[in-house]
Amino acid sequence: MPVEYISRIRDLYLSLGYGAYKWTVNETPPPWQPLRKPLAQCRLALAASGGIYVAGQKAFHYKDDTSFRAIPRDAAVADLRATHFAYDLTDARRDPNVVFPIGTLRGLAQEGVIGALAGHAYSFMGGIYSARRVTEELAPALREALVREQADAALLVPV
Amino acid sequence: MCHQSVGLIARLLESAGISTLCMSSALDISRAVNPPRTAFLDYPLGHTAGKPGDPALQREIMLQALEAFTSLTAPGAVKMLPFRWSEDDSWQKTAMRGKDDRLPRLDTPQYQSEDDRSRAEEACAICPPRTS
Repeated sequence: MPVEYISRIRDLYLSLGYGAYKWTVNETPPPWQPLRKPLAQCRLALAASGGIYVAGQKAFHYKDDTSFRAIPRDAAVADLRATHFAYDLTDARRDPNVVFPIGTLRGLAQEGVIGALAGHAYSFMGGIYSARRVTEELAPALREALVREQADAALLVPV
Repeated sequence: MCHQSVGLIARLLESAGISTLCMSSALDISRAVNPPRTAFLDYPLGHTAGKPGDPALQREIMLQALEAFTSLTAPGAVKMLPFRWSEDDSWQKTAMRGKDDRLPRLDTPQYQSEDDRSRAEEACAICPPRTS
């Protein structure tokens, strides 16, 4: 049985004297855009929330940071860094592919499983309490970036 | 919150004509925000795309996840990936229970190392000077 995070997080917050977090519940069906061509012909963009940046870029902060970093698709995995307040960073720092699978996807693009990777992968610090700020700031900015990249498809990886 | 943020972004991208697939390791949060397509991997948070140092496993997980782009045909559907973190699933007992180990929500950049900080600040020294 998968862990029930909503009830565990509620219990954790209550034990700390906080109220229950109001999770976004979308009861309407999501929008739906089937792939227009086989994945082997698609340009795929990675967007991940694990707080990854490339050495030399500005790191994320932990208080509803709605910025993102564009990471060149050929960035060396050894130059990737992880910063986030809400998950254990040990394994992400050992091997960033566990939350930012850029190396994995590069391999699959070379094999021909994916047509190509978009010029950049996108990273943000997804621990944003304000769903409104995600919807109004981060999501439209990423949409613009991915449209500019001419991405056919996006793989989103939370932590 | 990460799963919620990603789901909100996926819904917006999909409405802009980009097909999306969300990976997930928090099924209830993903189902609540209801992205177009989800591939669920029952691993501890912080390992949504596999185990560290095991590229063969990471590749296999990704291959099976990516199949969901075409195998899922109903909006909001979830593909359950057939991988287990450990034989006994004991990690589930302690996940998000007990002590609060989140870091303080500081509003300044949190670098992995001081070296990263110097490199980023040097890079910014070549940014255009501020006019104010």
